[in-house]
Amino acid sequence: MSSKRSISNDLTGWLMASPLALVLALFLVLPIAMIVVVSFWGATEFSIYPAFKLDNYQFLFGSAVTYSVFLKTFMFTLISWALCLAIGFTVAYFLAFHIRTQTWQIVLFLVCTVPFLTSNIIRMISWVPFLGRNGIANQTLISMGIIDEPLEWLLFSDFAVVLAFVHLYTLFMVVPIFNTMMRIDKSLLEAARDAGATGFQTLTNVILPLTKPGIMIGSIFVVTLVMGDFITVRFMSGSQSANVGRLISNDVALLRYPSAAATSVVLLITVLIVIGIMLRFVNIRKEL
Amino acid sequence: MMDKSAAELISITKSYGQSIAVDDITLRIPGTSYTCLLGPSGCGKSSTLRMIAGHETVTRGDILLGGKNITDLPPAGRGTAMMFQNYALFPHLSVADNVAFSLKMKGVEKSARHVEAMKLLELVDMVGFAARLPAQLSGGQQQRVALARALITNPSILLLDEPLSALDPFLRLRMRSELKRLQRELGISFIHVTHSQDEALSLADQVIVMNKGRIEQVGSAQDVFNKPQTQFVAQFMGGHNVMRDGQSYLAIRADKVQISKTSSKDGAGLSAVVREIEYLGTTFSVGLDEADATQASSPISVTISDALFSQEPLEIGQTVFLNWKPGDTHRLAS
Repeated sequence: MSSKRSISNDLTGWLMASPLALVLALFLVLPIAMIVVVSFWGATEFSIYPAFKLDNYQFLFGSAVTYSVFLKTFMFTLISWALCLAIGFTVAYFLAFHIRTQTWQIVLFLVCTVPFLTSNIIRMISWVPFLGRNGIANQTLISMGIIDEPLEWLLFSDFAVVLAFVHLYTLFMVVPIFNTMMRIDKSLLEAARDAGATGFQTLTNVILPLTKPGIMIGSIFVVTLVMGDFITVRFMSGSQSANVGRLISNDVALLRYPSAAATSVVLLITVLIVIGIMLRFVNIRKEL
Repeated sequence: MMDKSAAELISITKSYGQSIAVDDITLRIPGTSYTCLLGPSGCGKSSTLRMIAGHETVTRGDILLGGKNITDLPPAGRGTAMMFQNYALFPHLSVADNVAFSLKMKGVEKSARHVEAMKLLELVDMVGFAARLPAQLSGGQQQRVALARALITNPSILLLDEPLSALDPFLRLRMRSELKRLQRELGISFIHVTHSQDEALSLADQVIVMNKGRIEQVGSAQDVFNKPQTQFVAQFMGGHNVMRDGQSYLAIRADKVQISKTSSKDGAGLSAVVREIEYLGTTFSVGLDEADATQASSPISVTISDALFSQEPLEIGQTVFLNWKPGDTHRLAS
């Protein structure tokens, strides 16, 4: 009797887990497995053929371009992450602790999400007329007499790339941080004040440590998005800057799939290592 | 010199927009005393406490502590410390770090502040838990830590916001006597906000009964219980029956009413019908309705010892006669 029940329990468990397992297997595990397999294949100018060669990896690790592009990717990631964190934390802090009523919190939070009603690419391109040589930014600065001639580095530059990244991904930082902050018991802030903490001391001794999991989740979002991006870098740098994503997309454009696959595998491993390191610092499990 | 732990509230008012939470309260809290602010929820007792603590601004009026006006000082500059209702321990800090928090804010060096924290943990008997996180403690233990954290600032007045309400009944009794012991040992004043009559009666040197933002009565525990001045106090303290007597109201303690099954010879006594009988361990609580009830009359409750009850058991629905000595009644201000 009891063994019968446990068998049916087992079966129910497996059945309940299977839809998600199936989806993940089909759309996550299988494609990645394919990429890993193809990364060992060979390619001619016009075809690719199954093989098991390390040529793609040898070429990748033998080329100085790879290292400089990875370095650039890390640079974009680091700068964008730092800015997203600074802005995201400030916005979340303002929403969570300075807006008194929940209604206004929700309203202002929704305002933050309004840019997401349009696509990434449109939001990116809308910077062009603003930052261009004869764009609004330059014209305004010239008419105010701050500069004499247009700033060349505003558009199609690393500055523009980072600007777009920050614009696109700050919300991914705001949401989890805001979420964690809302769970901080307000009486903790009073208790800190009661113990003589200044506003800044409360921030560093109470709010910041308690917000760490949210910061980490937001950081994972931003880091993975920026490291995997290629379109932002292409548009905003005017094809003058490259990151790993562009390396892959160039390979794909030239139909060098095995090489693109090898680069993808290396990028994937790199991102996983970065996240692994980040998770070492903060336990995000209680947030999930 | 004035006692450092004596406080005075002078015409304190707190309003939130149109609504008035605390309405023109004037109050003296003697030094080295245990004061309970007692009242139903929403009566303004917590707002009063939070104004003394400095976590709520005072709309009008002044607060003096040890003869010094502290109305506009920050919480930490007043000589008060607050223990929060849910204890508000920092979840990411160990017990020792929680207790030492205020010293850290002052910039006291780590080893020195831990020595100090251990002294306070010893006072509340929590030394063995110094390295734990608050989540690893029971409710009673958390409360001891919160107490130690508040006391490390050397306050002249400790403010306690419903400190016992989150504990189970058994623990509540134990912490109650411990709070009283601490107050005596430390020689400072405690102001304790509660909605529990038992708590106030057992702890307080001075009970302040509040209702609707005003003070209903101030006095010793016995005074407030035995000589309620208003109908509200009589009803809120419990154990009293409030009866109409012409234009005014009389209060009589439930244990001063005698129940007899026959009317007395002179025909005096109020006839009433037994509505419910509750066994409370050492006593029985009998609920009755007046036999010829008018709209104005309220249910009557009588407490009798279990010995007396078993001599003459009552039944629900039975008609009985109630008597009391005139000296036991107490006229209420209308």
